[in-house]
Amino acid sequence: MSYDVERVRKDFPILQREIHGHPLVYLDSANSAQKPQVVIDAEADLYAHHYANVARAVHTLGSEATNAYESARDTVARFLRAPSRDEVVFTKNISEALNLLAYSFSNATTTPGAERFRIGPGDEIVVTEMEHHSNLVPWQLLAERTGATFRWIPLDDDGRLVTAAIDEVINERTKIVSFVYQSNALGTINPVARITARAREVGALSIVDAAQAAPHLPLDVQAMGADFVAFTGHKVYGPTGVGVLWGRYDLLAAMPPFLGGGEMIETVDMSETTFAPPPHRFEAGTPAIAQVVALAAAIDWLEGIGLPEIGRHEHELVEHALEVLPTVEGLHIVGPKTAEDRGATISFVLDGVHPHDVAQLLDEQGIAVRAGHHCARPVCVRYGVSATTRASFGAYTTIAEIDSLVMGLTRVGEMFRR
Amino acid sequence: MTQPALESMYQEIILDHYKHPHHKGLQDVYDAEVHHVNPTCGDEITLRVRVHDGVVDEVTYDGQGCSISQASASVMTELVTGRRVDDALAVQEEFLVLMQGRGQVEPDEESLEDAVAFAGVAKYPARVKCALLGWMAWKDATAQAVGDGGATAKAVADEGTRS
Repeated sequence: MSYDVERVRKDFPILQREIHGHPLVYLDSANSAQKPQVVIDAEADLYAHHYANVARAVHTLGSEATNAYESARDTVARFLRAPSRDEVVFTKNISEALNLLAYSFSNATTTPGAERFRIGPGDEIVVTEMEHHSNLVPWQLLAERTGATFRWIPLDDDGRLVTAAIDEVINERTKIVSFVYQSNALGTINPVARITARAREVGALSIVDAAQAAPHLPLDVQAMGADFVAFTGHKVYGPTGVGVLWGRYDLLAAMPPFLGGGEMIETVDMSETTFAPPPHRFEAGTPAIAQVVALAAAIDWLEGIGLPEIGRHEHELVEHALEVLPTVEGLHIVGPKTAEDRGATISFVLDGVHPHDVAQLLDEQGIAVRAGHHCARPVCVRYGVSATTRASFGAYTTIAEIDSLVMGLTRVGEMFRR
Repeated sequence: MTQPALESMYQEIILDHYKHPHHKGLQDVYDAEVHHVNPTCGDEITLRVRVHDGVVDEVTYDGQGCSISQASASVMTELVTGRRVDDALAVQEEFLVLMQGRGQVEPDEESLEDAVAFAGVAKYPARVKCALLGWMAWKDATAQAVGDGGATAKAVADEGTRS
């Protein structure tokens, strides 16, 4: 059966909106995806009928909320093909998930039994040149705190990793390899298994930033071969305020905590505290209960449509966009020019028009895109541009919307040229 | 898709100043130089000011960024050059009030001249900083030029981020 994008669109109330008198054309899903009604309802339903704090209360509502929260962990474990639900840690977002790792590794310096996470002078931390700041700054900071060397796998002229550099940059001094699955700025999909295999070969920990990949590609943490994988709820059609860190249980069990607080302890006395096993060790304080429950609803919705089906639909959108966008006078794509190993995110520049002007003028035509450096400034530096305009697609994006973008861009170009 | 709607914010004045900027290109003789950036969009400006006998003698700049930031800087140089510092600061304040007015402030064409073209920008919080970039840089540079350096410069920087 072919993909019924009109049926998918009916699930999203916001797609009925008009912007400046035009139907909304939402091409900013890589920034944050819109929410289907089932996700909005799931959050409201918890508050309306089942809400109390989790894991502490013995009353009925507390049990219902706890069951809903912990069932969401099962849903996420299934979504990730995780061997165990206890490997799923809920965080505030993916930035927190990645910082959790970086700070836990810092804390390992003084924690007995956590020697394998210790990092110091002579050790190397590896990222790629296409990282989002969320997966760059925490590691830069960790390198500064520990005296380790910060390195990266460079980009080629086409917006892909220089694969020949992987074996050199990741070497026997490497302790951590943290890299993005799909680039938010370029759309590039990286060879995950190739990189994690090299990390394993040299005994380094591997971490995959799957924020952009999660809404487009089925994630299988075992096939990816990584030690840790993180993603965020709001990009997979779920709510804001919740992210996920998956980690191999033996590693999580040996890691010191990141934040101290309620519900992450085993016993506490005034001189010493021992900690709960994973995942609760890493979930200090009252979590984003309603958002976690709504995230599970988003995953159920995604799986109901089917990630392979969504992936195929988006691939068609990318093929079409790569064909029609270059017909706009003065438009240059920044990133891979072909659709293979490429996600539904396309950055470009328009000669003589700053991306912020492009985005503003498109907005006046009802078209929402992002402009700027997309929290991946080194990518802009690499390609010699101060910023780009980015159109990104989702399950609800149509071919007609991409054609509207092309028309809109043509008008913008004409306005600035005349 | 009507033409006026599309161009509500991008009036001819803005596009004109963007394509043909005034006082762009740094002069060698100056009393103070500043470099300001707008980190969210990468707009940047380097601006030089010369103040003589309490009068803004010359303002030149170089920069890159969106049409709003670059055109606004160009318009600003026209408005402040040749004015007494106090008068120029009053115009700067008036422009600031317009920009921070969320589209509710009626601009006075008498005093703001070409800068009234930016009135529409006030409705877009993300772009207000673009329009203010050159103005804040000028205020900062002028404060340094008239001699009450550090504290004032800091206060100006804070004001710039308030929008």
